Amino acid sequence: MGVYDFEHAIDIAWCPGCGNFRILKSVKDALEELELDPRIVVFVSGIGQAAKTPQYMDVHYFNGLHGRTLPAATAIKASNRGLTVIAESGDGDMYGEGGNHFMHAIRRNPDITNIVHNNMVYALTKGQASPTTRQGFVTPVQTQGVTEEPFNPVAVAIALDASFVARAFAGDARQTTDIIKKAVTHKGYALVDIFQPCVTYNKVNTYAWFKENTYYLDDTYDPSDREAAFRKATEPGRFPLGVIYLNRNKSVFEETLIAYRHDDRPLYQRTVDMGVLKDLVDSMRT
Amino acid sequence: MSIVFSGQAGQGLQTLEAILTRMFKRSGCNVFSYSEYMSRIRGGNNSTQVRISSRRVFCYTRRIDIFVPLHQDAMERFHDRITPETVIMGERSFIDKRYLDGHHPVLEVPINDLAREAGGPVYANTIVLGILAGLFYVDKGLMDDEIRMILSGLGEERLQKNLAAAATGYERSKGLLKPGQASVSIERTDEVKHEILTDGINVVGLGGLAGGCTFVSAYPMSPSTGVLVFFTKKAEGSGVVVEQAEDEISAINMAIGSWYAGGRGLVTTSGGGYALMVEALSLAGCIESPLVIHLGQRPGPATGLPTRTEQADLNFALYSGHGEFPRVILAPGTHEQGFSLMRHAFYLADKYQVPVFVLTDQYFLERRYNIPDMNLDTVYDQHFMIKTDRDYRRYALTESGVSPRGIPGFGEGRVRVDSDEHTEDGFITESFSVRTDMVNKRLRKLDGLRKEAIAPELFGPGDYRNLVVCWGSSLHAVQEGLDMLGRADDTAILHFSQVYPLHPSASDFLEKAHRKIIVESNATSQFARLIRSETGIVFDDKILKFSGLPLMPEDICESLSDMLEKKETTHGRV
Repeated sequence: MGVYDFEHAIDIAWCPGCGNFRILKSVKDALEELELDPRIVVFVSGIGQAAKTPQYMDVHYFNGLHGRTLPAATAIKASNRGLTVIAESGDGDMYGEGGNHFMHAIRRNPDITNIVHNNMVYALTKGQASPTTRQGFVTPVQTQGVTEEPFNPVAVAIALDASFVARAFAGDARQTTDIIKKAVTHKGYALVDIFQPCVTYNKVNTYAWFKENTYYLDDTYDPSDREAAFRKATEPGRFPLGVIYLNRNKSVFEETLIAYRHDDRPLYQRTVDMGVLKDLVDSMRT
Repeated sequence: MSIVFSGQAGQGLQTLEAILTRMFKRSGCNVFSYSEYMSRIRGGNNSTQVRISSRRVFCYTRRIDIFVPLHQDAMERFHDRITPETVIMGERSFIDKRYLDGHHPVLEVPINDLAREAGGPVYANTIVLGILAGLFYVDKGLMDDEIRMILSGLGEERLQKNLAAAATGYERSKGLLKPGQASVSIERTDEVKHEILTDGINVVGLGGLAGGCTFVSAYPMSPSTGVLVFFTKKAEGSGVVVEQAEDEISAINMAIGSWYAGGRGLVTTSGGGYALMVEALSLAGCIESPLVIHLGQRPGPATGLPTRTEQADLNFALYSGHGEFPRVILAPGTHEQGFSLMRHAFYLADKYQVPVFVLTDQYFLERRYNIPDMNLDTVYDQHFMIKTDRDYRRYALTESGVSPRGIPGFGEGRVRVDSDEHTEDGFITESFSVRTDMVNKRLRKLDGLRKEAIAPELFGPGDYRNLVVCWGSSLHAVQEGLDMLGRADDTAILHFSQVYPLHPSASDFLEKAHRKIIVESNATSQFARLIRSETGIVFDDKILKFSGLPLMPEDICESLSDMLEKKETTHGRV
């Protein structure tokens, strides 16, 4: 039993065979292998089955609103830079409801890891299309099949020059663990989009389908070449897995904040500076 | 003495306002100023009122003693405020023909020509400044000091041209007034010279700092943006994290995230921006996060009048958010309250783990006047959070409803907060009994909040017959209006700076009055309805203004005069 496991039995709200179980294990293994102290690991999640993942680990968590994971995660990191912050939710949460925050979190580049369970369907609301649902997929709402182009989070992240962009497949626990470890240790915003089979509401994009339609990038691939990365992200056919794009030269949001220029302390250790206050009041006298 | 300048956006009215108010205050006069302006960057018609007095002055008035038109269309919106006593001063071509009939006091000054000689039309405002300094016997050295202070960023050459333009105006003021045309001698007081001169934006910002604010996230929206700018300017010295978010939804979720991690978060917004924040207000209610919301009201609905004022978002602040959870709404009426209530908001939010609103408005934020001091003695510097131990439970059930609040990274425990209904440990639950316990626990906090509520403040005789009730920024207009009316013997004012939850004394004050009159800057008397729903007490009369301009003492005086006389006639006592 690891430091992220509970001593007691827990009731997990996922369907038997759900890809989320594999992701939960990969996340826990990654944290264990990195020997991160659970006292400083904070998970931030939104709403949906993926967003329940932090409930099943012995960690701090902030389970907030649907789509609003990244603003909360950004602020948590900015308020205490000593915390390891992992924002984890589903494709609907991150790319649908939270699409605007997804773009702007990439622009800000806080040192957080963003794990997205991408099952190409809205499962908790019983099977409607998500932003990443493939064209032609028939649902109770999209009865003629989805007509829109699926959202391509990897291409969008590279277009926005995200500092770390990776894709994983929940079925491959070892590789997924390794990718998550790289993302957590990366300094800056790190996207890990994880293909996750939904055994109840997605009978098209199954374990077998993902196996057939993905491949791992090999050692000769250079993730620092943005144009090549964008080609990889948009190429037709099978999806590449692994670290697709990496830019280590970006400034990190919370490192640029003026509030830390003369003071390293996290916000909770700060108190009102009477001198500053008095000077400000006096400046209004003249 | 009320001076009004009227011109186009971009003509330097703000600079004039800044220099004049500082200069007159330093010369020993009490000052007040407020600008009304259109939502545009250039053109249109904006005006600024500067009041100078030997007594303290706190509010915008209809009365104009000196009117200075700075543009040919400058008088169009002011005909109803210019009386036969109003002195009109300035360029002849800017003065409407109807006032050149010999029956209006007019001081012609060739401002266009003087400005041209000084270097161009941009110097017109500086020439006016010089004239006013001269008319009111301000020391020239003091005037030059203030010009240097405000215009130092222009560079030496333009600064010198401005000083020369002001000197020209100063010279011109001599002999401008014929004897008896207007009295310009204002008694000076030494104490005033060292008082604080500021607007509402700064007092809100300072109050936030005094309350220990360490995190501000906001999306710009008039009239609340000034508070964001205040913190941005002070961020380096005060160590406050300030972020302009991509939208208001992000801003409020950031502020809540910051509280979770040990920050003390503030959002500053106006009605439309707050509308986007509402789901997260409910999040703060459910996860029991402290949160301070500065809501600077402006007229709605939708975009409404972006640069004008109103008190019409009380209902919105009170009823927004799905589900049931406690909240507090504070509404400062004075600069001093703006400071102390912002500080108090952080205290209440932290202690009770609830959202606290500080409800201001455009008028409150942008009016400027001098006050003797700000009370820094009771600076709030107490954190209610605790260091956790291994079996910490974020939502431990307690008698007060308040559970000790831990943060991640401080102690051995795990801090789990969840927007789903949750157990004492913070895990998602669908247990009906836990649900019932948690709803009760959250609502129990209202008992403590009621006990700590700020009592309404009574101004006037304790044995009043008529009671004029107001809240937030309306106080000063009601005070000056009642002074004008001269009913200090039987009419008192009751001002609420906390509008929810109400202090228990509210009913006692109201029940004692024979006649209850509500004054609000909205169309539906929202506060009167709130009082009725909380106490069952109904008002007899209403004075409501919702044109976008602030309530003025004249509005109060005239309406009260009508109401009180009417009533007495009905009773046959006059």
